[in-house]
Order: sequence, then C-alpha cells, then structure tokens
Amino acid sequence: MRKLLLGSVAAGLMLVAGLAQAQESKTIAVSIPAADHGWTGGVVYHAQEQAKRLEQRYPGLKVIVKTSPDGASQANALEDLTTQGIDALVTLPHNSDELTDPIRQVKDKGVFITVVDRALTDNSVADLYVAGNNPALGRVAGEYIKEKLNGKGKVVVIRGLPIVIDEERNKGFDEGIAGSDIEVLDRQFGNWSRDDAFKVMQDYLAKYPQIDAVWTQDDDMAVGVLEAISQAKREDIQFVIAGAGMKDMIKKVMDGDKMIPVDILYPPAMVAVAMDLTAAGLYDHLPVRGSYILDATLVTKDNAKDFYYPDSPF
Amino acid sequence: MTDTTANKSAARRSLGDIDLRAVAPFVALAFLLVLGALVNPNFLGVDNLLNVLTRSAFIAIIAVGATFVISAGGLDLSVGAMSAFVAGVMILFMNTGVIEGQIPMLMVAMLLAVGVGALCGLANGVITTAGRIEPFIVTLGTMGIFRALTIYLAEGGSIAMKAPDLRAAYRPVYFGNLFGVPIPILVILAVALIGAFLLYRTAFGRHVIAVGSNEDVARYSGIPVNRVRTLTYVIQGVCVAIAVLVYVPRLGAATPTTGLLWELQAITAVVIGGTALKGGVGRIWGTVCGALILEVVGNIMVLSNFVSEYLIGAVQGAIIIIAMLVQRSLVRRR
Repeated sequence: MRKLLLGSVAAGLMLVAGLAQAQESKTIAVSIPAADHGWTGGVVYHAQEQAKRLEQRYPGLKVIVKTSPDGASQANALEDLTTQGIDALVTLPHNSDELTDPIRQVKDKGVFITVVDRALTDNSVADLYVAGNNPALGRVAGEYIKEKLNGKGKVVVIRGLPIVIDEERNKGFDEGIAGSDIEVLDRQFGNWSRDDAFKVMQDYLAKYPQIDAVWTQDDDMAVGVLEAISQAKREDIQFVIAGAGMKDMIKKVMDGDKMIPVDILYPPAMVAVAMDLTAAGLYDHLPVRGSYILDATLVTKDNAKDFYYPDSPF
Repeated sequence: MTDTTANKSAARRSLGDIDLRAVAPFVALAFLLVLGALVNPNFLGVDNLLNVLTRSAFIAIIAVGATFVISAGGLDLSVGAMSAFVAGVMILFMNTGVIEGQIPMLMVAMLLAVGVGALCGLANGVITTAGRIEPFIVTLGTMGIFRALTIYLAEGGSIAMKAPDLRAAYRPVYFGNLFGVPIPILVILAVALIGAFLLYRTAFGRHVIAVGSNEDVARYSGIPVNRVRTLTYVIQGVCVAIAVLVYVPRLGAATPTTGLLWELQAITAVVIGGTALKGGVGRIWGTVCGALILEVVGNIMVLSNFVSEYLIGAVQGAIIIIAMLVQRSLVRRR
C-alpha cells in the first residue's frame, strides 16, 4: 500500500513535470545589427515578425530581439542578454573576429548557439549555422552574365565593403565567368550605399565608352546604378545584375523590366529561418544541429512572386 | 620717392594679405585638375566635370552653413543625420498626397523641408546657448536623435517617393539644367552668394566673426552673443534643408545610409577652404572650393587605373594633406 502510494505520487510528479515541459517557459535571445542599411533593415523586420509568430506558436516562449549599432556594443548586448538567463541565442554577428569570443562565453553557460550569415572564426562555437550562399551569389550572377552576353563582353563591378562576404562573392563571380571572354573593366567599392554606387557608376560611365553589363551584388546599390545610367542616357548597357531580394527589385523582375532581368536571392528572412529552427530544437526536440545554407536562387519573372514581401521595409 | 616705395610695398602687402589666402584653395583645386587630366583624359570631359560639380552640391551647400557655425566658434556634427531626417519627413509628406497638383505639392513640401531644417538648427542652437553645453556634445546627441528618428520613420527600411508622376516632376531639380548649367550648380552659386553677402556685407556677418574671434570682447561690445550663435545654427539647418531639396530628386528616397559622414566631409571642406576651426575667420568661396576638392579627389580615384581599390582611402587622405600643404606653403611665402 505504502509502496503503491509512493509509486503513484512519483508517477504524479512525473506527469506534472511532463506537463510543465510541454508549456515550459524558455527564452530565445536574438542579437542582430541595427538597421544601418537596407538589408539589415530587412533582418530587423523579419526577426521581429518571427518573434511574434514563435511566441504564439509556443506558449511560454519568450523571444527578446536586441539590435546593436556596432561590434563592441553587440558584445555588451550579449553579456546583458546572458545575465537575463536565456536558453538559446540566435545571432547575426557584426563581424566574426570581434564576436567569436563573446559568443563562446555565452555558449559556456550552456546556451544553444545559432549563428546567422557570418560564420565565426571557430566553427565549433555554433551549434547551428544558417546562412545564404555568398560564393554562389557571385557565381550565379557570373554565369547568368556569361550566358546572356554569349561569353563575350565588357562588365563593370561595384563591390560592397572590404569584408569576407564581399571577397567570397567576388571570387564566386570570377568562377562564374571563368573560361569566357568576359572582361571585367573595373572593380570599386560602393559601400552597399545607393549614393556611393551612384557616384561610382557615374565615374565608370565617364571612364568607359562601352559597357555591356553591370554587376553590383546588392539591390540597394542597383538603385543608384540605374539612376546614373538613365541620367547619362547610355544605350550600351544591356542589364544590371544585383542581389539580395529587395522588394522593389523583385517587383521590377516581376514586371519584366529590361534593365533588371533577374535578381539573386540572399534574403534577410534567413534570420527568421534560423529562429524557427532554433525554437524547433528547443521545444520539439528535433535534431537541428549543423549547417543550413540557403540557395542563391535565381529569381526570374516566373518565380518572382514567391519572394515578394510587399510589407517588408526592404 | 620713398613715399611711393612705401605705398607700393603697402599695396603689395595688402594684396598678399587678401589674395594669397583666399586664392590658396583654388590653387590646390587647379593642381588637382592637372593631376586628374594626367590620370585620365576623360577627366576633363564636360560631362565628367559637370557630374562632379553637380554631386558636390550637397556637401558644398551644407558646408556654407557650416562656415557660419564654425567661424562663430561652434561646431555641428548633426548635419548628416539631419539631412536624412529632413529628407525622410519631406518624402513622407509628399507621400500623403494631401495637396492637389504637382507644383503646389512640391512647393509646400519644399517649404516644409526648409521649416523642419530651420527648427532642427534652432534646437541645436538653443540647447547649445541656453543650456551652455559644448556644441560638440549637443550636436553629437542630436545626431543620434535625428538618425534614430529617420530609421524609426522608415521602420528600419528606406522612405521612397511613392507617386511616380510626382517623382518625374521633381527629378529635373537634380538632373535638369538651365542654359546648359545643371540646376544643383546654380543652387550652390545662389547659396554661396547669399552666404557671402550675409557674412561679409552685413552687421550680422561681422558679429559672427567677432563672436568667433573673442566671445568676451564681443559680449562687452554689446553683441548679443547667444542670439548670433543660435542664428548660425539656424542658417546651418536651412542649408541642410536646401541640400536635401537637391538630394531627394536624385534617388527619390531617404535610406539609413543617407547623409552618412556628411558632417565630416562638410567640416573638412570648411577647413580646406581656409576657415579657422577655432573660429574668427570665415571664407565662403574657399568652403565651396573645399567641397569641390573633396569630390574631385574621389572622382580621380575611380578614374585612375593604378590605385588598388583597397588603397583608395589612403591615397585620398594623402592627396588632401598634400593639397593643404601646397596651400599653407603659398600663404607662408608671403
């Protein structure tokens, strides 16, 4: 009798524990850069939207989204978030070198680490890595340009900022056009800014009498490039290839704009994918550890509507 | 005989006093133009030169305002963020479409922009003078405020003009021209002319210089120091707004990168132009020339084939320092 009682009490306790687990309160912290240009603006938007959706889906889950203007303040933010007691961290680090150690310290507290977009210098820190495919973003652009120009032509390139992502994209682009007679006339930095890209493109147009195509790897910069071309009234440029998936450019692709025939995806919504996978790992006990690399999908007129987010700021 | 020599040398000295210093930035610019022509023959093409002049408009116009602030002994770090904020407010207003007709709408939007700019400047001025806080700190604070407000208004993205026909109607303000001269260049000239008149030909201008030279002496001379200071910030705000009027039609949007680091460029243009950072000397035309120098240096870098894209920043920095050295050596030779 006594044994039975003990047993049922134990069973009851286990049941209570099980129930508690079903609605367990857990916290996911999301640490991302502040909206300093269009793409990061998109990241902030998608992170906030996904936070609302996840909190509805998993009662008891709390998602804290914190933006930081630079690497040093992101390191501070990581400390502040950790002291609040978190179960998982989804982070898009400002830069890999500076933030690898701060993130490692968070991991040492037993927190599940999801790294987005920019890989850390030590691969063992991240439990889950979600990113777009930077080399492929360049390669797909290169291959498209090679095909459309029939393997021969003059191209100008506008780069972003001198960081790893930009290097990878440029190497990918070179692979894409390898073995063709595509001549890259020039490469200059446009700092992922519309205004700077406008200037660089104006200067390219002054410098080169014949340009067949422009590759600018980022939709924000493409806005400036298009304006510079239309001002110069130059007819020699056949098209501009950008990337990321900004709604205005996807719209141009949808509408069949001649200057923007395609776009190459490097979606800011990847942060939402990372948050979703992290939550699934916490609550549904799915095996999510590993790398999840999104395709650099070629967005054409046919599939553009699948990637059009009219409500997003980017 | 002795009389005439004395007269001559006096005349020469006063010539040297006025001219060499004022002319020095233009000599530096000429030196850069020669360098540019050597680097790439396309540099001297009319299209290229007009492009460069046109896009120097934003910094040149803002820097004219900064000349007032700096020669009165102040400093405004908020101009870049203020540009983004004014541009954002202006575009959002145009997107509401509350006013019928394109021209009236543009007129009201422009007036609104100038008003917002003047208010932003007034805020800087009043906090600096009434609050007795260093302008460096005040404008660093308002820089953060204006930038954050812009991002807030944009909900983290960009603020773009929605109506395509309004955009088309406004576009000529950047891309159009009058008798072959692009409109932004005319705006630079107009702003600089008014600025030069205010600074050199009015009592207010003399007060600005007096306040910048020695605040205490100015105060004892009965100059309303705080009012003069505050007004220089208002002028700066209005100049920012005028720059925005020319900026918005170019890309039709305000983004988080709008006006980034413009404050540094404007201050650099002012200093290259010969205005003393400690106040007391103001040179409007030198400032405009300084803004041109900055833009020309950037242009030469892209047009040249022998500078690696990674080293552009270093070469730009070196050219600016050399241009300043050329200038200073001219002044010293006197």
